[in-house]
Amino acid sequence: MTTTSDQAGLAQPRRQVQTQVLWKRVLKRPEAGALGGAILVFIFFWVIAPPFRQFAAFTTVLYQAATIGIPAVAVALLMIGGEFDLSAGVAVTTSSLAASMFATQVAGSLWAGVVFAMFFSLGIGALNGLLLIRTKLHSFLVTLGTFLMLQGLNIAITKLITGNVATGDISGMAGFNTLQAIFASNFMIGGAQISIAIVYWLIFVALATWVLLRTKIGNWIFAVGGQGDSARAVGVPVNRVKIGLFMLVGFSCWFLAMHLLFAYDTVQSGAGIGNELLYIAASVVGGCLLTGGYGSAVGSALGAFIFGMTTEGVIYADWDPDWFQFFVGAMLLLATVVNTWIRMRATKGK
Amino acid sequence: MKYLNGSIGAAVAAGAVLACSAALVAGQARAEDQQMTVAMITHAQPGDTFWDIIRKGAEAAAKKDNIKLIYLADPTATKEAQLISNVVQQHVDGIALTLAFPDAEAPAVKAAQKAGIPIVGFNAGVGQWKSQELLGYAGQDETVAGKAVGEELNKEGAKNVVCLDQQQGAVQLEARCNGIKDTFKGKMEVLYVTGYDMPTVKARVQAKLQEDPSIDYVVTLGAPFAPVVLDAITASSSKAKVGTFDMSPVAIDLISKGKIQWAVDQQPYVEGYEAVDMLWLYVTNGDTVGGGGPVLTGPFFVTKDNAAAVAKYARAGTR
Repeated sequence: MTTTSDQAGLAQPRRQVQTQVLWKRVLKRPEAGALGGAILVFIFFWVIAPPFRQFAAFTTVLYQAATIGIPAVAVALLMIGGEFDLSAGVAVTTSSLAASMFATQVAGSLWAGVVFAMFFSLGIGALNGLLLIRTKLHSFLVTLGTFLMLQGLNIAITKLITGNVATGDISGMAGFNTLQAIFASNFMIGGAQISIAIVYWLIFVALATWVLLRTKIGNWIFAVGGQGDSARAVGVPVNRVKIGLFMLVGFSCWFLAMHLLFAYDTVQSGAGIGNELLYIAASVVGGCLLTGGYGSAVGSALGAFIFGMTTEGVIYADWDPDWFQFFVGAMLLLATVVNTWIRMRATKGK
Repeated sequence: MKYLNGSIGAAVAAGAVLACSAALVAGQARAEDQQMTVAMITHAQPGDTFWDIIRKGAEAAAKKDNIKLIYLADPTATKEAQLISNVVQQHVDGIALTLAFPDAEAPAVKAAQKAGIPIVGFNAGVGQWKSQELLGYAGQDETVAGKAVGEELNKEGAKNVVCLDQQQGAVQLEARCNGIKDTFKGKMEVLYVTGYDMPTVKARVQAKLQEDPSIDYVVTLGAPFAPVVLDAITASSSKAKVGTFDMSPVAIDLISKGKIQWAVDQQPYVEGYEAVDMLWLYVTNGDTVGGGGPVLTGPFFVTKDNAAAVAKYARAGTR
């Protein structure tokens, strides 16, 4: 900051910030565009698809959104920190498989399997982070490598240990009911079934938002992603922040994995491929920049919500199923365009 | 002189290495004379239980017939075709393949035939194996199976059916849905999902059931989807019943509990086994099997009555 601008600042202390009206400040948040997109998509399906208007439909959409949104929150933080994780999609399957196989083949206890899987997932995250820092390669390459390796390991190890490509049914084991209650229970509100995954998702989003906006670590994440070298120069532990972010993604993968394991009992070892792009897409639709240093946790949730509404909305609208993916793609593109347009309007002429 | 010595030494050494490797190659060639090499190429998605059973059947036949089996798979049309070209270059003694993408695979199949490699089809391509001049075909006629399902649905009095397809564009899955449409008297719609992403499958089926509450039957084209559909039915408080193509231990368990009505078994183990065995018969004795028609391995309906008998093998991962 130069002396002149300091003086200018002194002459009119913080006046500009104070006089800025609320809606303008709201519109400048990274997630503002995504909120606009979400509202637009919601109104769109509300109008054209009558079944979309029931409350039960809303919870179905939220469930689909939560299963993308839980890893997407962590991925959004990682992207703000300036890195990608392409391994997140299959890492979810890896974690389910690790828990299921450790429980059935090694420990004989589901709890042990769940804890083992958590450390395993955190380990994958740490490995991603360490590889990134040691090799100084772009995270795109590093995690592409781990993505493909995990994809192979999922199938190979499952086949090696169980002799099949899907794990056995765990629903008969001790502790299943408690763990299912924790990770995958449902409760009813107004005749609609609500998965507990939705509740966890909202909690994670709130926590992540608080960390980003109200804590030192949050500042570090923005600094690391925006200007890594400058951040290092002012004493931000860049390497530790990055490894921590990758481990956070690992944790979120583990959490979703536990939900999937206890909701669906068995795991197909080939599942999860391609979902990493959905997590990244949800973050980007929600306002994260591909270059890092900018974005929000709430945005990733809105991105996941838009995706959930779109995929389910196409079914509620009963459009020709052959065109399904096309409609989903087109709606996402539309939402993103609206989102960008709102953001540009909001930040223009500040 | 020193140099010369050195180079002579090197030449001698190189000669010895060459001789050795020549001997090795010759040894290998002799071993290959006794043992046939067969390539099995499928359009399997990686990590799919069904295909694993096919592979186990193929491995069982290979072991019995003293065959070296190369198993390769890719779910996309162009890559499956490339795999065929790949094994032709390896000069295998026979190829067993799924004609899931007949047009894309046709040039590679022709090239293999030109190279004198016998080919049999299995699992997918019951309508195309003859026109592509394969030696034989082992599998279920998916249209026949679909029609059988349509009749079953009529018998049970279903009115509004969803056919859940997990791989849009795969001909054998389309054939199943079309077969149902042929014989089923009520309304049938196809719902596409993308592979094994179970929460997505659940949410989409749930959405479909909420969109049209009059749906009274869901037919899944793969057994791992049936339990998920049951969940979706509970979540959307629908009254729909569930039947499935193919099998899994969980599905059989649910059949014996009466939660899933039936499973259409095409006996994948037999498909894999027969495909390899047919090649062995042809190469060792010039035989062909089927008398110009396909060797049908299904449809076999697993219901509450016979579930227990089948469950034993399903748990072992061979049915």
